[in-house]
Amino acid sequence: MGVNADPLLGGEGFLTTTIEAFANWGRKNSLWPMPFGTACCAIEMMGVFASRFDLSRFGAEVARFSPRQADLMIVSGTITYKMASVCRRIYDQMPEPKWVIAMGSCTCGGGPFDSYAVVQGIDEFLPVDVYVGGCPPRPEALIDAVMKIQKKIEMKGAPVV
Amino acid sequence: MSFDVEQAVSLLQNEFPQDIIGVKEYRNETTIVVDKNKIHQICNFLKYNLDFSFLADLTAVDYLEVKSPRYEVVYHVHRFGPDCEENIRIRVKAEITDKESMIDSVVSIWSTADWLEREVYDMFGITFTGHPDMRRILMPEDYGPHPLRKDFDVRNREASKESFEKALDDGAE
Repeated sequence: MGVNADPLLGGEGFLTTTIEAFANWGRKNSLWPMPFGTACCAIEMMGVFASRFDLSRFGAEVARFSPRQADLMIVSGTITYKMASVCRRIYDQMPEPKWVIAMGSCTCGGGPFDSYAVVQGIDEFLPVDVYVGGCPPRPEALIDAVMKIQKKIEMKGAPVV
Repeated sequence: MSFDVEQAVSLLQNEFPQDIIGVKEYRNETTIVVDKNKIHQICNFLKYNLDFSFLADLTAVDYLEVKSPRYEVVYHVHRFGPDCEENIRIRVKAEITDKESMIDSVVSIWSTADWLEREVYDMFGITFTGHPDMRRILMPEDYGPHPLRKDFDVRNREASKESFEKALDDGAE
């Protein structure tokens, strides 16, 4: 990226960049999360969205309850096999590019529920980008996860179709 | 008129002398073991003659390798009295064998039994004859085993995975 304020060009200045870098810069600063909350982690996630921790400082406060308007899925809470097919279908309905945060011990590896009904980690059926441990994780940990997603978008990005 | 547990038990015994198998008292809790073939008549009598208007819980126990017959279906019934002391609660148990794991439904007496009986069917595989909608309530509908049976391995996720994959395929169509 380059900045030029040459008076010959009117002094207004302009940027040179690639369309990919520009699109990814926009994507990383306006993540629209799809909150998939099934248990107590979802309460903590609401705390992250609310004023005290304020995820909007990172441009990710527009929680979309329609997967078609979201690009970041935050799976927070225990996922049973009966719920897993719903979770997968909602993920499939999100438009590309999309990212997934596994929030809490249950989504990362089943947590305390080593049982017949509980998925032992949502990476059995979803491509997870960032894992957040904790039961539930501190709000700072989820903010850190969102920042890691931002870094990932900045470094790796996604193709502009 | 005061009404207590002993009175309820003796009235029940007079009405069904053949079908009350035993009465146990432990820590002020009364348990009545009854013949499972008469459960509907006994529950009907409890509600409409003795005024036990509220079915607080309906569940089951698997006594595999502990005693025979294998299952017990447990009914907790409550009677609201005019005074606090007359709020009484008794437990009714019906024993069920492994071979013939079915019992009459009490949905027509207490409608709250609907989902409770479905849960018992889901978890133990005991069918309730006369139930209006005998389906699983918690596990997926195409799920095979009954998870709260003692011979089921609680860490066995194979059946859950099968249901999950089938649900995914159904959604893809």
